[in-house]
Amino acid sequence: MALKFAFYLAAGCAGCEMALVDLADRLVDALGELEVVFWAPTVADIKYKDLEAMPDKSIDIALVDGAIRLSEQEHIVKVLRQKAKILVAFGACAAMGGIPGLANMHTKDEIFETVYFKTYSTDNPDGVVPQTKCVVDGKYELTLPEFWNEVKALHQVVDVDYFVGGCPPHHEHVAKIVEAIVSGNLPPKGSWITDGKSVCDVCPRNPANKGKTREIVKEVKRTIEGIPDEEKCLLQQGYLCFGPVTQGDCGASCPKVNIPCRGCGGPLPGVKDFGARAIASLASILDDSTVDQLMEKYPSLAKLFYRYSLPVATINKRR
Amino acid sequence: MSEEWEPNIIVIACNWCTYQAADLAGSLRYSYPPTVKVVRVPCSGRVEPEFVLEALINGADGVLIGGCHPGDCHYKEGNYKALRRFKLLHKLLTELGIEPERVRLEWISGSEGLKFAEVMKEFDATIRKLGPNPLKR
Repeated sequence: MALKFAFYLAAGCAGCEMALVDLADRLVDALGELEVVFWAPTVADIKYKDLEAMPDKSIDIALVDGAIRLSEQEHIVKVLRQKAKILVAFGACAAMGGIPGLANMHTKDEIFETVYFKTYSTDNPDGVVPQTKCVVDGKYELTLPEFWNEVKALHQVVDVDYFVGGCPPHHEHVAKIVEAIVSGNLPPKGSWITDGKSVCDVCPRNPANKGKTREIVKEVKRTIEGIPDEEKCLLQQGYLCFGPVTQGDCGASCPKVNIPCRGCGGPLPGVKDFGARAIASLASILDDSTVDQLMEKYPSLAKLFYRYSLPVATINKRR
Repeated sequence: MSEEWEPNIIVIACNWCTYQAADLAGSLRYSYPPTVKVVRVPCSGRVEPEFVLEALINGADGVLIGGCHPGDCHYKEGNYKALRRFKLLHKLLTELGIEPERVRLEWISGSEGLKFAEVMKEFDATIRKLGPNPLKR
């Protein structure tokens, strides 16, 4: 019997759904085993009320990509949790808050001020700000969802069975997950679906993989400074790379194309706070003056170290 | 709340210097505020930024890391590592809206019992001035 499958996009960009579609013919093969009962708002034309009408626990597996920012998203994931046997936080946003989670460095008022008044392209002479309710022609009541004060990861709103990192998850990793789902060969609930290896572990640049030792880094460079050597470890060249603390299910995709890792794969097992561990690992490889240089060159350390994980950090928003 | 509130201060002290200084402060009968709770670690280089974050989120009003003076580390360079971690963590905490004075790094050697007591008094006074930790749940 085909597995009943649901996919919901919350505060994300649909990149994770693209990652699933990127499986191409392998997805076509898997679709024989899957019956899509809900895939909104991107693929299937199924309304929220149809989802709400489904019997509890009738969906075998539901994936959610995107963080939780609006009341609508919170409502739908709560419904999905009720309807689904297995709920997966799919991708960096659902698992850790992701890029939208960086908004936790700003208040709702600051965000509205920037978006509806301050940006160069904003044309808002009447000073209109979105309202949750509005009556048109005296009789039509229109509504918008509530914009919460902070961004949350999926497990901060509902119980989550599995976590998958990546922005988006690498399609090879997605293929493994789809196989695991179809065959029912899943790890214990509450865990990340990962190989548990770091990005460095699978990175062809890693000096340790070439039998060399790492050296202390004497200069920090931002990615806009120069072009990195294509063979040498990016960290050793001074480009801050979070490979040492990030799960490498991506197969080190970014370092392979000269881009330092920013941690979208999620924290290695045992790491509780990604940013704090990134600090610990960098402090071990930079010398004293390089740390000062780092702090001069990067205007916001919070947005650097918690690029994908601010909502799940120990201190998860600006106070 | 403000009348009954007493600061909760965590001192993470390295075994070879700052912890010895705390011990010496006791032997020499130097008093320091009872709000201070000392946790012993092998070296200030053992202190992961996560320890400080955990202390803060669980209600510490101030966190002080104590290590050996530069050049005096029992493990040669643990305190330099502590300093590098601390610099980054300190800026990160400031960005997250935690007052920079709440988290502090001090070098106190095993013979500086008096300095230990004075730093603790001073830190206690600073935290009292700042009031309770805004992260308190």
